[in-house]
Amino acid sequence: MRNFSNTYIYTFSIVMVVIVALLLSLAAMQLKPFQDKNIEVEKKQNILASVHINSTPVDAVDLYSKYITESFVLNNKGEKLEGTDAFTIDLKSELSKPASQRLLPVFVGTLDNGSKAYVVPLRGKGLWGPIWGYISLQPDMNTIYGTIFDHQGETPGLGAEITMDWFEKPFEGKTIFKDSTEFVSVKVLKGGAPDGDPHAVDGISGGTITSKALEAMLDTCLVQYKTYFLNNRQ
Amino acid sequence: MSGKNFKMLSNPFNLQNPVTVQILGICSALAVTVKLKPAIVMGLSVIVVTAFSNLVISWMRNSIPPRIRIIVQLVVVATMVILVDQVLRAFVYDVSKQLSVYVGLIITNCIIMGRLEAFAMGNKPWPSFIDGIGNGIGYAVILIVVATVRELFGSGTLLGFKIVPQAFFDAGYVNNGMMIMPTMALILVGVIIWIQRSYFKQLNEKE
Repeated sequence: MRNFSNTYIYTFSIVMVVIVALLLSLAAMQLKPFQDKNIEVEKKQNILASVHINSTPVDAVDLYSKYITESFVLNNKGEKLEGTDAFTIDLKSELSKPASQRLLPVFVGTLDNGSKAYVVPLRGKGLWGPIWGYISLQPDMNTIYGTIFDHQGETPGLGAEITMDWFEKPFEGKTIFKDSTEFVSVKVLKGGAPDGDPHAVDGISGGTITSKALEAMLDTCLVQYKTYFLNNRQ
Repeated sequence: MSGKNFKMLSNPFNLQNPVTVQILGICSALAVTVKLKPAIVMGLSVIVVTAFSNLVISWMRNSIPPRIRIIVQLVVVATMVILVDQVLRAFVYDVSKQLSVYVGLIITNCIIMGRLEAFAMGNKPWPSFIDGIGNGIGYAVILIVVATVRELFGSGTLLGFKIVPQAFFDAGYVNNGMMIMPTMALILVGVIIWIQRSYFKQLNEKE
């Protein structure tokens, strides 16, 4: 076996690392536009799904511009802010700001029958990582029209069930205000929601922590829009 | 291609199979075989990574200081894996989401390090490249067989297309929920090993 001097070993490592670093940063820069496009398309698909419009990665952009007719940004007093594109807002960084400085995006979908749905993004902490989603409200700003949830690493078969239809479907028709003015959000109840409770859905057996995290996510994200919802109901 | 090279390519399919004979790379074989499509993409990724890391390491083998050779191998493998991951993210986003962490974990796939140490460090680039492809295919074949069984009986589909006719379900047939679980992948790999060993007696250990 050949003997290598220490100088050689150091030079070898340094040269190797520099070459690898150059190669990787070049690849990352070249591929970034494609990756960003994928993330944008996925976001559009999610927003569309929350108003019950199925899309594929191919037609999502067209469908989005057809159905999502308006989007705007609010502050927590329910006033519209100018100059920011709602689509580019990163919810994670907004939620780390104090409540009064947060930018709150709203997407308005106009459905085939002409009625509107107001889509609000959600984000929270699950058991193992972030959970997020979109929730759409009917024009009364009270009744839930549709939801879609997703997660990064919840337990398959337990917490990960939040992405399933059987979990998302029961949210439809639930209301987030009690007696039309008191904000109560929607509870996700362990052991199942009582029949006919308009503010609760069934939790997931074995997925209690994720269920509770989802309930907290709904509450913290929706309560920020409370003033806007109360002032703009139709 | 010479006979020797062809043997190097085809040996890992069966008698030197990395998964069923050398029992390497089992972890990812269990994790990504619920559906056929991720299994195929994972198989392809591993083929690319083993082949090109073997090539690069074999090409550098005389200039790698032995004292840091494992580090050098890791750097090369990690670079390949990150490149594959970036490409998947750019062009097959939905599959890359399903594979999630397992693409990154190719770095720790024992097959790759095993081939680098056992083969590429002592052989010329071209045979090493062939060896890498052969072992990658050997891994991919097992993944595809396991994934085919799991998707067919676990979800009634193949590559997302419905295979089991609706009439079966109407008649009371149900998908086997066990197939979705990683446990079943381990049992299936076990069954494959069993079949292989009863057919090729030379694989059995001497009493």
